[in-house]
Amino acid sequence: MPIKSFVAEMFGTSPIRPLQVHMEKVCACVQQLEPFVQAAVDGRWEVAAQLQAEIAAREQEADQLKHELRAHLPTSLLMAMDRRDVLELLAMQDKVANKAKDIAGLMLGRQMAPPAALAPLFVALVKRAVAAAMQADTAIEELDELLETGFRGAEVGQVREMLRELDRIEGDTDAMQVELRAALFKLEQELPPVDVIFLYQVIEWIGDLADRAQRVGSRLQVVLAQ
Amino acid sequence: MEHAQLLIWLACAFGLFMAWGVGANDVANAMSTSVGSRALTIKQAIWIAAVFEFVGAYLAGGEVTATIRSGMVDAERFADAPDLLVYGMLASLLASGVWLLIASHFGWPVSTTHSIVGAIVGFAAIGVGVDAVHWEKIGAIVSSWVVSPVLAGVMAYLLFMSVQWLIINTRDPLRNAVRFVPVYIFLTGFIVSLVTLLKGLKHLGLGLGSGQSYGLAAAIGLVIAAIGALQIRRMRFDPSADQRFHFTNVERVFGVLMLITACAMAFAHGSNDVANAVGPLAAIVSIVNTGLVSSKAAVPSWILLLGAIGIVVGLLTFGQKVIATVGQQITELTPSRGFAATLAAASTVVLASGTGLPISTTHTLVGAVLGVGIARGIAALNLRVIRNIFMSWLITLPVGAGLSIVFFFALRALLSG
Repeated sequence: MPIKSFVAEMFGTSPIRPLQVHMEKVCACVQQLEPFVQAAVDGRWEVAAQLQAEIAAREQEADQLKHELRAHLPTSLLMAMDRRDVLELLAMQDKVANKAKDIAGLMLGRQMAPPAALAPLFVALVKRAVAAAMQADTAIEELDELLETGFRGAEVGQVREMLRELDRIEGDTDAMQVELRAALFKLEQELPPVDVIFLYQVIEWIGDLADRAQRVGSRLQVVLAQ
Repeated sequence: MEHAQLLIWLACAFGLFMAWGVGANDVANAMSTSVGSRALTIKQAIWIAAVFEFVGAYLAGGEVTATIRSGMVDAERFADAPDLLVYGMLASLLASGVWLLIASHFGWPVSTTHSIVGAIVGFAAIGVGVDAVHWEKIGAIVSSWVVSPVLAGVMAYLLFMSVQWLIINTRDPLRNAVRFVPVYIFLTGFIVSLVTLLKGLKHLGLGLGSGQSYGLAAAIGLVIAAIGALQIRRMRFDPSADQRFHFTNVERVFGVLMLITACAMAFAHGSNDVANAVGPLAAIVSIVNTGLVSSKAAVPSWILLLGAIGIVVGLLTFGQKVIATVGQQITELTPSRGFAATLAAASTVVLASGTGLPISTTHTLVGAVLGVGIARGIAALNLRVIRNIFMSWLITLPVGAGLSIVFFFALRALLSG
């Protein structure tokens, strides 16, 4: 006789913990952006290169986790979270890490540092964008509590509050972007034009980073609304 | 009757074989939600299963045994030829034993109940005559196979919702868990002992009135709840355990409840599934001893005992390995969900046992688990298993019937020649 029980076989593997592990990895990737940008501002390109490699490695690991979770999500599952929501959340989370890698890659590749006058604002923007990703992670960390409460009750309210905070952080990055662009516009005549073009682009991308973190939150909101 | 001794020995052997099969594989299914929720260790689970399967089979297994033994076939039809019924019951035991062995070998989710019912209907309808079967009774049994998982599912859904409402989704889940978990313990003890007292204990001749039964069941429930409450009071809660997952301590309280519902489930399984093995045995013994086909006499205690022993032996020789494996397979079940599913299934099964309906314990449990899943209580459930169960449900009846027809003619040719 085989050692088998069909009641036991009914229980599929939860996608929730893997989703959280993936988000933790994404955050581990994004968090390196802060020291990276600081290193770039200070012109310590060796350190920056190390940190960029770190960021790329974390992004790769997150990618790996994404593939594993997708491979282990058969269509015949009845889940507490909709299958589509799980896959969408996963995709959204992954894009956050991708953006961090793009930013680091571009800045290192062109050895671009913001002009000294813009540096404080630039670093602040990066910090705020990283904070958005961390806040998205905080909300994702509540998924197992949400499962425990059957996606109902006070826990839902708590997560909604976390998502509102995420929106506020993202709003901050928008405002900071505007400010930074305005400051750059005043300086752009004195700078090499190609550098200016790319600076605009990097600012845009940092904004995107926060934006993508916020989209993780929006997707989570859809899960809560069901 | 010819070969009286031989027939009884054969019946005991086949009956034990089947009871062994029930203990070897089926018990692990019944215990799966309890073991899977990590509320009890494998060792505890095996002990609970051994003790409460035995007690359930012995104390509350009588009604279903009576149904399997004589409820499905028309006794008058066999009055002139009681030996036909003996061969038929032997054939049924052998047929379902063999089918269960084959199915277990391939890991198919078949039910012991479905195979024995299919086997008995098969030999009676084809071997003797279509009118030898009590079709209205079979209709009731088959519909109970649909009703019981659905009922368990609805009950599990409601239980889960009540837990959410009373405990988990409140401001202070831990305090409410300490307060309300004993109530659920009481409910478990009350339901199980009430049905047992009202319906199960006939063969022990206690003769309690229904008022007395309610009182005694309530008393038993209160005693168990008090013990449970004491256990919970003694727990030391570690607030730091709640940091990663905020409900760790709450789930520990549910662990106590899980322990009680695991006992109830083993009891319920014993009360319903032992009959599959000892029902035909009881029929054979009574015919061989009296020469009469009677549907009235009580099931002798020693037969229930034999079945209970068979189940426990099966559990100890093979079942405990399966239970250990099940414990590793289920990784995502918390005690609060495991309890809801188990209690719903156990209550449904003891109710069915009380009315003498042979239902499939494991299918009922699957229904209960699904009920919690529909309430968004379980992260992921594999629906393919449910499809397989339904398929094997459809296959088991004709296969059980076919096998028993073959064995019936073979045994008749061998033994009456």
